[in-house]
Amino acid sequence: MAGVSVTFTVNGREVTATVDPRTLLVHFLREHLKLTGTHIGCDTSQCGACTVHLDGRPAKSCALLAVQLEGAEVTTIEGVAGPDGMHPMQAAFKEHHGLQCGFCTPGMVMMGIDIANRHEAPDEATIRRELEGNLCRCTGYHNIVASIAAGASSMRG
Amino acid sequence: MKPARFRYLRAASVNDALQALAENPDAQILAGGQSLIAMMNLRLVKPACLIDINRISNIGYIDEDGDGVAIGALARHNDVKHSPLIRERCPLLTEAYESIAHHTVRNRGTLGGNLCHADPSSETPAVMVATGATLMLQSLRGQREVGAEDFFLGTYETARRQDEMLTEIRLPGRRTDGWAFAEISNRHGDFAIAVIATTLRIEDGRCEAARVVASGVGEHAARLEPAEEALIGGPIDDARLDAAAAAAAGAVDPHSDSHADAAYRRDAIAALTRRTVRRAAARCD
Repeated sequence: MAGVSVTFTVNGREVTATVDPRTLLVHFLREHLKLTGTHIGCDTSQCGACTVHLDGRPAKSCALLAVQLEGAEVTTIEGVAGPDGMHPMQAAFKEHHGLQCGFCTPGMVMMGIDIANRHEAPDEATIRRELEGNLCRCTGYHNIVASIAAGASSMRG
Repeated sequence: MKPARFRYLRAASVNDALQALAENPDAQILAGGQSLIAMMNLRLVKPACLIDINRISNIGYIDEDGDGVAIGALARHNDVKHSPLIRERCPLLTEAYESIAHHTVRNRGTLGGNLCHADPSSETPAVMVATGATLMLQSLRGQREVGAEDFFLGTYETARRQDEMLTEIRLPGRRTDGWAFAEISNRHGDFAIAVIATTLRIEDGRCEAARVVASGVGEHAARLEPAEEALIGGPIDDARLDAAAAAAAGAVDPHSDSHADAAYRRDAIAALTRRTVRRAAARCD
């Protein structure tokens, strides 16, 4: 199968590659760029473990082809921390123990940042509703919800 | 690699996409891909060729169209869900979106793709039939209009011909005063077990027109005409609600699966009919 050339930005860095068209974005991130923070859960856009930001909005990287991203800007969990260390949402997950096995955590943090971007001071009900597309197989939602509330608050400064 | 091999074509314009469809009889259009790519990952489908329409500019519009609304092929679910124009002119669709998928999927998925996918449990086809929407299909041979009632033919089956692309969805202005959508699913945003979308017109206390449309309980979204007939001709009172609910349950022939058996689905249709008709009637006041 002839490869298709694609150029897009990942965490601020321009990437050009020739890929088999059937390469999913999540596979491209993990296997070509070695950015293994984005996890593969269900491969069917159900679980949210592979959530990244595509042009500033959350997207499931298992339901996108890498070749579709020509010119796009992608941010993964590896790209959210600043020069001073963890992103406030990451720090909140650490502080509030918002993880158990950690598998869903990258997607939860990416979704948490988006929730904070769209809602001023999101309450518990809002956070739970917004997390519909992110599954925690440990069912550890209580601390995840608390982490996102705290992270949203510190993102507002 | 999860999906099977395919040829990838990136369309730069609608005409480009139509040309590619005409030249590649084995091709499938890739819009939001939130159903298609998941099914390809599971290898439930193996299209030999994908025509990606995501790069075509100016087809994601939501515009006034007379007293109705015209929605472009690439309008994303979240744009439709949050559109003030749709809320004003087709509030049934806005209400249905409360039950459709979740934020991340709605960011990417498109209304047009959802309709062409024609999942039997999908919510949007029921809304299209209940509101009398028109679907514009285009090919190199020309353009034709198909009413929503004639568009959905079966499970994953529509009136769209292989070389045609759904280019626009036209929602009529509000011809009816009352509307309501209700769904039962295992999990909010999940595949529906049963759906009812209802529109009503009541004049001088008398129900003059009604559409009661079911999804999730047959091969495709369809009007439940016996339930509509039970409503038309008098006030929406308890007797008419009972008659419509019973008629709706009698008009469907649902399947059983691991989520719900046929008897449950039939009961759900009766309950949802009652619920939506009551709410639609209250909105007519």
